[in-house]
Amino acid sequence: MTIKLYGVAMSTCTAKVLACLHEYGAEFELVPVNLQNGEHKQPAFLAKNPFGQIPALEDGDLTLFESRAISTYVAEKFKGSSCDLLRSQNPKEAAVVKTWMEVESQQFSPAISPIFYQSIIVPILYGGSPNQAIIDESAAKLGKVLDVYDKKLSSSKYLAGDFYSLADLHHLTYIYYLMKTPYGKLINERPRVKAWWEDISSRPAFKKVAPGLTLGDKN
Amino acid sequence: MALKLYGAALSPCTSRVMTCLHEKEADFELVPVDLFAGEHKQLPFLAKNPFGQIPALEDGDLSLFESRAIAAYVAEKFKETGNDLIRHQSLKEAAEVKVWMEVESQQYHPAISPIIFQFFAAPLQGYAPDQAIIDENTEKLGKVLDVYEDKLGRTKYLAGDFYSLADLFHLSFTYYFMKTPCAHLINERPHVKAWWEDISSRPAFQKVASAMNFGEKGN
Repeated sequence: MTIKLYGVAMSTCTAKVLACLHEYGAEFELVPVNLQNGEHKQPAFLAKNPFGQIPALEDGDLTLFESRAISTYVAEKFKGSSCDLLRSQNPKEAAVVKTWMEVESQQFSPAISPIFYQSIIVPILYGGSPNQAIIDESAAKLGKVLDVYDKKLSSSKYLAGDFYSLADLHHLTYIYYLMKTPYGKLINERPRVKAWWEDISSRPAFKKVAPGLTLGDKN
Repeated sequence: MALKLYGAALSPCTSRVMTCLHEKEADFELVPVDLFAGEHKQLPFLAKNPFGQIPALEDGDLSLFESRAIAAYVAEKFKETGNDLIRHQSLKEAAEVKVWMEVESQQYHPAISPIIFQFFAAPLQGYAPDQAIIDENTEKLGKVLDVYEDKLGRTKYLAGDFYSLADLFHLSFTYYFMKTPCAHLINERPHVKAWWEDISSRPAFQKVASAMNFGEKGN
């Protein structure tokens, strides 16, 4: 029975899981959720994710939500294949992967997400004007986080070591959208962060996902 | 060689890790970090956590930070002893635990943490708690707790009928929360209240709670 992922290709969180599924070559079906009609806030979807957010995943009788928990489940389920995003055979490496996954969660995302929300979501979905004060405050925070990344990436090729991992993957979709805004300079101004971004965004699995990240594109 | 945990007994993030260490009956040494002297923002601590936050853990030559990553490492390293916090024998249960660990991270923590900051940290920085911030976040937290109330009416703990790391992650911030005027958010919800009373009475947490006296006279 195939995995079903409920979400939309242009959503940062859905796409995060899509990238992971593609890395593992896993078979899955993307089941669209109609956000404009509020499908994610109605009973059938709330039964999958009581917080009313995409994505959700069904694998047989198991239902999961929270994109980072889903991607971790996928990596666990398909471990032992040639793809190794959790480094589970090596407890030390696995621990460092977990650390940098938490960094993405606790340091990076809270800083980048208001920039994404104000620059892309507010004008496109709500027809409003970005709140520049929020953007500036978040850009300052994100800059400090990226300074730490730039230093770390001088001693290892990827965040958790010299190997690509889920810690790097979890950054892909927000940074992809950031690069469509003027705040992409935060990445480009930091040479090692820029090189890391160019590397991880050129991976075949992400190249399958990026065309779906169309928010903000002129049609 | 015993684990070394660098942090402060009254810090909720340090306590999160210590609770896990006690549940797993793991030997460790708490090495105090002098926050008031800014030790966490200087070398050598910055070499342990470049984000300058406690706690950090050393296990031989492995150095980790981010309390949730540290706790997950401890739960994994000692998975065959002490209480079972990660349900690794069952792919399904382990996945449910990860979902609700992410819920704490992405839904619960962002709502409760500003409330704790306003009541405990703001006064130290010389200003009164900001009621607008408190109100905004109690509203968010209430909605999260409504989901918890429903879930805990169906399972005894968050990830199922078993205590797990997902429940443990809530302990230390909620402990401080219960000392604020906002405690009614927990007490008004019968299943949440019963869950809180259960998890906060566990011996491993009791060992840690008595030192969590931030803001009290003499501290």
